[in-house]
Amino acid sequence: MASTSLEPLVDQTISVITNDGRNIVGVLKGFDQATNLILDESHERVYSTKVGVEPIVLGLYIIRGDNIAVVGELDEELDASLDLTSLRAHPLKPVQH
Amino acid sequence: MLFFSYFKELVGKEVTVELKNDLAIRGTLHSVDQYLNIKLENTRVVDQVKYPHMLSVKNCFIRGSVVRYVQLPPDGVDIEILHDATRREARGD
Repeated sequence: MASTSLEPLVDQTISVITNDGRNIVGVLKGFDQATNLILDESHERVYSTKVGVEPIVLGLYIIRGDNIAVVGELDEELDASLDLTSLRAHPLKPVQH
Repeated sequence: MLFFSYFKELVGKEVTVELKNDLAIRGTLHSVDQYLNIKLENTRVVDQVKYPHMLSVKNCFIRGSVVRYVQLPPDGVDIEILHDATRREARGD
């Protein structure tokens, strides 16, 4: 079976959804067994219904694995074709265990 | 261990994973690991209008700890085999 490791995503741009509902986009630099992540050049994308998506620069970031829900491989071409400034949505709900 | 083995049998099938934040993601099961972390390919969020947060994501890794349900294809479930296996495990054989 193919592996579930995040190894193929290293040095690629990823989009992380955290348990508190945030969306953080950055370049994956490292990870471990517990899904702790190191992201470089990261920014948060803040969703709201009033204005379009607002990017907030975070820089180098470590996210603790406990707090991670989804790690998505960002298709950069697809992402560039999206008009984030006109995208309105409720922020994601936090994970409730 | 039982469900790990079970999910390994489902690799290549189309599943819908519902998360504990109500997000539901459909895609082809690529792999699972011992924590029941799941990798999906060709993903789409079930309600893209309400949840446009993953529009530019086509392959993703889902942490096992945030999975609420996995909706399986009907032909991917052999209930008799699962019954037997769970009973055996409960007996401790």
